[in-house]
Amino acid sequence: MQILILLIQIAVLVAIVLLHVAYVTYFERKIIGHMQVRMGPMLVGWHGLLQPIADGIKSFFKEDIVPEQADKPLFLAAPIICLVAMMVSVAVLPFAKGWALADINIGLLFIFAMSSLASYGIILAGWASNSKFTLLGALRSMAQVISYEISLGLSLVGVMMLSGSLNLTEIVEAQGTSFFGMYIFSQPVAFFVFFVAMLAETNRVPFDLPEAETELVSGYITEYSGMRYAMFFMAEYIGMFVMASIGVVCFLGGWNGPFEVSIFPPIWFILKVYLIMFIFIWIRATIPRYRYDQLMAIGWKLLIPLTLGNIFVTGLVKASIN
Amino acid sequence: MESNGIVEKLREKFPDEVLADYQHLGQNCVLIRRDHILDVCRYLRDECSMNHLMCLCGVDNSTRTSTVDSFSERFEVVYQLYSIATKQMIRLRTQVPEDDCSIESITSLWIGADWLERECFDLMGIHFDGHPDLRRILTPDDWEGHPLRKEYPLRGDREWIGYEELKAKSKELSKFDFHSRDHEKGEHE
Amino acid sequence: MSKAMTVDIPVSAGDEDHYRIKMGPQHPATHGVLRVDLDLQGETILECVPHVGYLHRGFEKLAEHRSYVQNLVLTDRLDYIAAMANNVGYCEAVEKLLGIEVPLRARYLRTMVCEMSRISGHLLGLATHALDIGAMTVFLYCFRERETLLELFAELCGARLTPTYTRLGGVRQDVTHSIMMKLERFVNEFPANIEEYETLIDTNRIWLMRTVDVGTLSAEDAVSLSITGPSLRGSGVDYDIRKHFPYAAYDLVDFEVPLGETGDTYARYRCRIEEMHQSNHILRQCIEQMPPGPIIGDDAPDLVMPVKQGRKLEVDAPARQGLIKLIEDRETFMEGDIYVPTEVPKGELGFYFISDGKGSPYRMHIRSPSFIHIGALKTMAKGVMVADLIAIIGTMDVVLGECDR
Repeated sequence: MQILILLIQIAVLVAIVLLHVAYVTYFERKIIGHMQVRMGPMLVGWHGLLQPIADGIKSFFKEDIVPEQADKPLFLAAPIICLVAMMVSVAVLPFAKGWALADINIGLLFIFAMSSLASYGIILAGWASNSKFTLLGALRSMAQVISYEISLGLSLVGVMMLSGSLNLTEIVEAQGTSFFGMYIFSQPVAFFVFFVAMLAETNRVPFDLPEAETELVSGYITEYSGMRYAMFFMAEYIGMFVMASIGVVCFLGGWNGPFEVSIFPPIWFILKVYLIMFIFIWIRATIPRYRYDQLMAIGWKLLIPLTLGNIFVTGLVKASIN
Repeated sequence: MESNGIVEKLREKFPDEVLADYQHLGQNCVLIRRDHILDVCRYLRDECSMNHLMCLCGVDNSTRTSTVDSFSERFEVVYQLYSIATKQMIRLRTQVPEDDCSIESITSLWIGADWLERECFDLMGIHFDGHPDLRRILTPDDWEGHPLRKEYPLRGDREWIGYEELKAKSKELSKFDFHSRDHEKGEHE
Repeated sequence: MSKAMTVDIPVSAGDEDHYRIKMGPQHPATHGVLRVDLDLQGETILECVPHVGYLHRGFEKLAEHRSYVQNLVLTDRLDYIAAMANNVGYCEAVEKLLGIEVPLRARYLRTMVCEMSRISGHLLGLATHALDIGAMTVFLYCFRERETLLELFAELCGARLTPTYTRLGGVRQDVTHSIMMKLERFVNEFPANIEEYETLIDTNRIWLMRTVDVGTLSAEDAVSLSITGPSLRGSGVDYDIRKHFPYAAYDLVDFEVPLGETGDTYARYRCRIEEMHQSNHILRQCIEQMPPGPIIGDDAPDLVMPVKQGRKLEVDAPARQGLIKLIEDRETFMEGDIYVPTEVPKGELGFYFISDGKGSPYRMHIRSPSFIHIGALKTMAKGVMVADLIAIIGTMDVVLGECDR
């Protein structure tokens, strides 16, 4: 019985997440459209509301082209690895009190592990396509993920030290319900580093080098088409969602809000996540792209020293208070 | 645009090289012997500050009928030099005979002459001695003939060999098309 | 099914760690059908060999078989981003060769359309340059203003991209009051729009990191590479054909030539922005000073369709034959050669004509700025990174239609 309930819960979560992804693309296209003096999708449904569904159907029925010289098993597996790794990390997110599918003790570590695993998918895609542009994209992605994973992890060490836990629910509870209890006020440096690393980790502008369209055509997804292309796309947007959720959980007080909405507890969580997503999109509409070596320089020369300093100061303060 | 001074200087410096000079519509033109074009250009660039190479092109004189112009050989290379500092322009024309269709390259003076000379070689078939990388540029590498020569027809009687190869290849690959099986019979009939 | 053979260029011993990549001719950042063969070590370009010719249509050969009037339409297809400027360049050259006088109003109209196309050319250059570097919004902002200009072109002569607006001896149609009003509104609004682009990228840290000290050209190198236009002026060389060989009404209007200092990508970008301000200034003067009078010269009556009341505007086949015949019979075609440069948005567009007294040119050579700018890529891209190459292609502002002719 318990297993059945769990399965239903999983099915519901997966369905919601997939639908959510579809409408995040709509959200993004509309916002970017209006920022760029155009309308965004307008044709399918009222103000293009059915556009994501049409896109989904289109990519589902498109031919799945596998290049003749590709490493076939890896080529076919890569998008699945990417998508699964990202989907799994959704399981540990606490949407509200008790609303986590798997409230495990090492939630934060689990998410890091999964997002690193997703980069395997990217690297394999780049390698297996047997194309020069995809390989360059994969190399860039590998370098980027490795260097920014470090600063992402280190930036959250401060949060772990303050809350004393890796469990996401406990991190939220440690921040309390007051406005100034949010870790964004006690850990501003960590939040800054986390935010930058989050952009890099999800391959968003200005760190979208692995798929820099004007340089590498489409990076590691150049050779993909149809549903497999859509899988990478979904993985990217779920990644955005997961990273924004961690940001909310660790720095913005999770599901706590100014007042409680008993009908739908996760409302504050979702609003905060969408606030961060909006900033993602806003940045995409505004900022140009970094160069590869500049990206590396920021990661290693700026973010990592900053986080290390932050950990040191946090430790000192915590020790002195105790 | 009074650049007579330069023409005179040129005559003084290279009395044997300058064959003739004339002025047409306010533009000065000097006919230069082919052999020392590099020296003339270097002199113009360094001594007369003619630092901007505006234009370099080849001309085929084979069907040219003229009562005023003087030309003796089949081909001609025309250099258009300009001095940004003194606002003077001069045109150098050098005759290149058909049986020894080559001239010294001026890429050592202007890096930008590289592609202009390649274009001239490609379309006119004039060789530039000392050019670092004299290949075809606008036409494919396996193109036959030099299109801007007067005997080259405006419309050829056959397709370029590369296009034929491409057509053969596309025909071979068309068996993977969606519709090829339906239309195969109709096509071969 | 048999496994296909892997076709690869053999790599010589010692170069095994080099990565060879063919960027183009189908690539989002090469502005058309430019192919760049790259020899990479990591992401650093060891050697960059541009290949052109994919769009070669043999204009120079074609021109020898067509009359001077017919060749006019070929010039639209050179730099299709700013075709008006090419029309003017061609007409100026042929008029000088044939000795045709252009009335003052037509000269002002030419200046006006030239500057309009300069603005639209620079806008597209900036738009694609910014898009290449990743600033997507600038792209659409620029296209908004370009659209206004293209609509004006359409109202002026019926075409947006290939207008063929000028005629030998003048221009095709007079401007209407509505066009002048719209243009005036554009001229008044445009400086604020330029500021809008500047707020997005001008002091943007990432934009500065991507453009400052990238693709630097010293003044000597730029001149030696025969680079012209804003790309040359970014290196601080004061060479603008509009000042050096004034054509149309450029000697009657007042404008400055903006110069850069550093010669890097950022300086060239600033040059283009300043040039748009100057073009706007010229447009305003054209609107204010536009003199009345005929738009086509008296001594070129048989080179254009006569404007008569009640006459059908379309030329039927026999009439067109007659037109060509008239042109061929003209005795005013002088023998001789001439080189006439004009300043198009990309740089110096020169036409070298040799006439042997017949109705079509004996030889027409087009000195196209894009061709020479792409030739300069090889020198400029040595030792930079792939992303910088994209920025350099963008900043040189090349159009392949003009390059390949």
